[in-house]
Amino acid sequence: MDAILLQILNGLDKGSAYALIALGLTLIFGTLGVVNFAHGALFMIGAFCAVTLQRILNLSFETVDETQTDFLGNPLKVKTPYVEAWFGPDIGGSIVDWAVPLAILFAIPIMIGVGYVMERGLIKHFYKRPHADQILVTFGLAIVLQEVVKYFYGANPIQTPAPDALNGVMNLGAVIGMDIIYPVWRVVYFAFAVLIIGGIFCFLQFTTFGMVVRAGMADRETVGLLGINIDRRFTIMFGIAAAVAGLAGVMYTPINPPNYHMGMDFLVLSFVVVVVGGMGSLPGAVLAGFLLGILESFASTTWATTTLPGINQIIIYLVAIAVLLTRPRGLMGRKGVMED
Amino acid sequence: MTKFDVSRRGVLKSGAFAGAGVALPTIFTASSAAAFTNEPTGSSVTLGFNVPQTGPYADEGADELRAYELAVEHLNGGGDGGMMNTFSSKALQGSGILGKKVEYVTGDTQTKSDAARASAKSMIEKDGAVMITGGSSSGVAIAVQGLCQEAGVIFMAGLTHSNDTTGKDKKANGFRHFFNAYMSGAALAPVLKNLYGTDRKAYHLTADYTWGWSQEESIKAATEAMGWQTVNTVKTPLAATDFSSYIAPVLNSGADVLVLNHYGGNMVNSLTNAVQFGLRDKQVNGKNFEIVVPLYSRLMAKGAGANVKGIHGSTNWHWTLQDEGSKAFVKSFGTKYGFPPSQAAHTCYVQTLLYADAVERAGSFNPCAVAEALEGYEFDGLGNGPTLYRAEDHQCFKDVLVVRGKENPTSEFDLLEVVEVTPRAQVEYAPDHPMFAGGSLGECNPGA
Repeated sequence: MDAILLQILNGLDKGSAYALIALGLTLIFGTLGVVNFAHGALFMIGAFCAVTLQRILNLSFETVDETQTDFLGNPLKVKTPYVEAWFGPDIGGSIVDWAVPLAILFAIPIMIGVGYVMERGLIKHFYKRPHADQILVTFGLAIVLQEVVKYFYGANPIQTPAPDALNGVMNLGAVIGMDIIYPVWRVVYFAFAVLIIGGIFCFLQFTTFGMVVRAGMADRETVGLLGINIDRRFTIMFGIAAAVAGLAGVMYTPINPPNYHMGMDFLVLSFVVVVVGGMGSLPGAVLAGFLLGILESFASTTWATTTLPGINQIIIYLVAIAVLLTRPRGLMGRKGVMED
Repeated sequence: MTKFDVSRRGVLKSGAFAGAGVALPTIFTASSAAAFTNEPTGSSVTLGFNVPQTGPYADEGADELRAYELAVEHLNGGGDGGMMNTFSSKALQGSGILGKKVEYVTGDTQTKSDAARASAKSMIEKDGAVMITGGSSSGVAIAVQGLCQEAGVIFMAGLTHSNDTTGKDKKANGFRHFFNAYMSGAALAPVLKNLYGTDRKAYHLTADYTWGWSQEESIKAATEAMGWQTVNTVKTPLAATDFSSYIAPVLNSGADVLVLNHYGGNMVNSLTNAVQFGLRDKQVNGKNFEIVVPLYSRLMAKGAGANVKGIHGSTNWHWTLQDEGSKAFVKSFGTKYGFPPSQAAHTCYVQTLLYADAVERAGSFNPCAVAEALEGYEFDGLGNGPTLYRAEDHQCFKDVLVVRGKENPTSEFDLLEVVEVTPRAQVEYAPDHPMFAGGSLGECNPGA
């Protein structure tokens, strides 16, 4: 029982990342009608915002310590972060320690900016082009972005740890008398994902801006005829979708050290999530994200891999096939989307 | 009146005959002049450095390339000579190889077998490379080794750790200086026995490809031989990024040791995940839970950060070694590039010197003469103590290092500490050992 609950938790955790990326993909597809294969790259850029802030906070000055030597036998140059010199080792150390949560504030404007530039600079020129063209150009963009990141940060993963206070494990089963040991940061990640997803839904549901966007998603032309500049709002939604992917990336860095390729690792699965959830359906994307996360987690258990070797690598695609055969529009797909 | 009937077909036929006639002597001349593939005829000789310049092992490839450039500099008489000064053979004089200036071309393996073969092929056919070296993956090394055998050039493998490279896939034209999975198991087992005892239950997570299988088989056999039980062995996809689903079952498996047969990004992520789940602080069967990483790399350890602290593994070479060869290499490399070399850089540098030395001793670039000079060759002064290039399988036999993630690193390079230098005799095995059975070197191929 403990093991089952543990795998469900793992699945929810994996599903959080899928759901956040898929949510952004669906927002972009639903508003602008663009299939954005560069969305995984936005997730990766978000993660590298955390890496960048960590590096900024660790910017140091060097002092020569004559009592120690470096690997070549020269006097050792000791690095002290400016932050620690300015605020003292305690406060300065804490600021460096909390680099990842602080990176949320750092990443939001950057990601909205990246999203805005991406949409205005490139993607808007492909609105009226076939989906195949959109996929090619956004996929090309993703490759360019990851190569740029690799040029500056290298190919190896970069350790970006969570704050010490959130780095341990907690017993989630203590209240129900069970022993379910789970990493604190993964619980934080899940809670964060729920918060962001809830925030996006509330924004779309309870604000005038959100209402107009939803109306535009349903019938762009009519909303335009009412004198509303729907394109501008959709551009803002692209920026928000980029920020959601970026924040998912920022918070993911302590779970697995980021590398330039991490966006591609999530991209394909996130597309499957969107298709299973139903193209253009926001609740569908979230539901499918968590569902496929849990299924993938269970398929990786020893029991599953010994019963059906390799099932962990194909389960998501098998489910996608089954869902599309029985519900061609996906779990919560709307009629008319991508059917013209 | 004479009539000339010139048809299109007639012209083509005559052209073909004339062309063949003109070409015929050249074909004979070419074959009679070149005794072997890419025989150097001018004042220089070209070596082909085939390393991952893009893809997940690009940083390791970049370090290998630095080492190759340093080796070429030393061979041509530049720099401080590095390990040429400590090498037991004195055939190399810093005047190139057999008096020819050493030049090089580079290829990008992308850590993909097909791309690696294509770049090696291009370096051999277009650039005239007489020797190919490099690589950061066993899959790639085995593929390129096969190509070099067919093409008739020597392949000096870079970082490749699978038993198969000098086991079932060994080739007469291929040589490996790097250690292998069997040696990791043989070196680690006694250290693990001393540290953790003989009553242990191990759980293996293994990368699902040739190197992972080879590593799992080796370490499993070595630990079982000293009394450990293997609770489970689980293969993980090479493309896996989040290992939490694989780590969670370990918690309830009754195992008290987790062996991560992972390398590169897989190792960084699986180790990070294992530490996240609190395995290091766990008590199972009344003992501290332990994690073992059979193949360590400093470049990879950097990615795993503080998670490597106190975790044991093995490595081919480490920059903190204090023998004269290692010190000379670290000084040359560190002065030129500003940081110490990795084990990948070390093996690539050594392989280049060994090739050049073999050519000098053989007095020829002919791959068969070079192979003969390398087979059964005993040398010293290249950082690993007395070493033998065994004739039967073209595998180097030397001491193996058991290392541990350092608790209090003093710099960003100071991540691992050497726990034990396992003597060569302890990691030796018979050429027909079952883990290496199934292949044969075949005949040396000089090509041309």
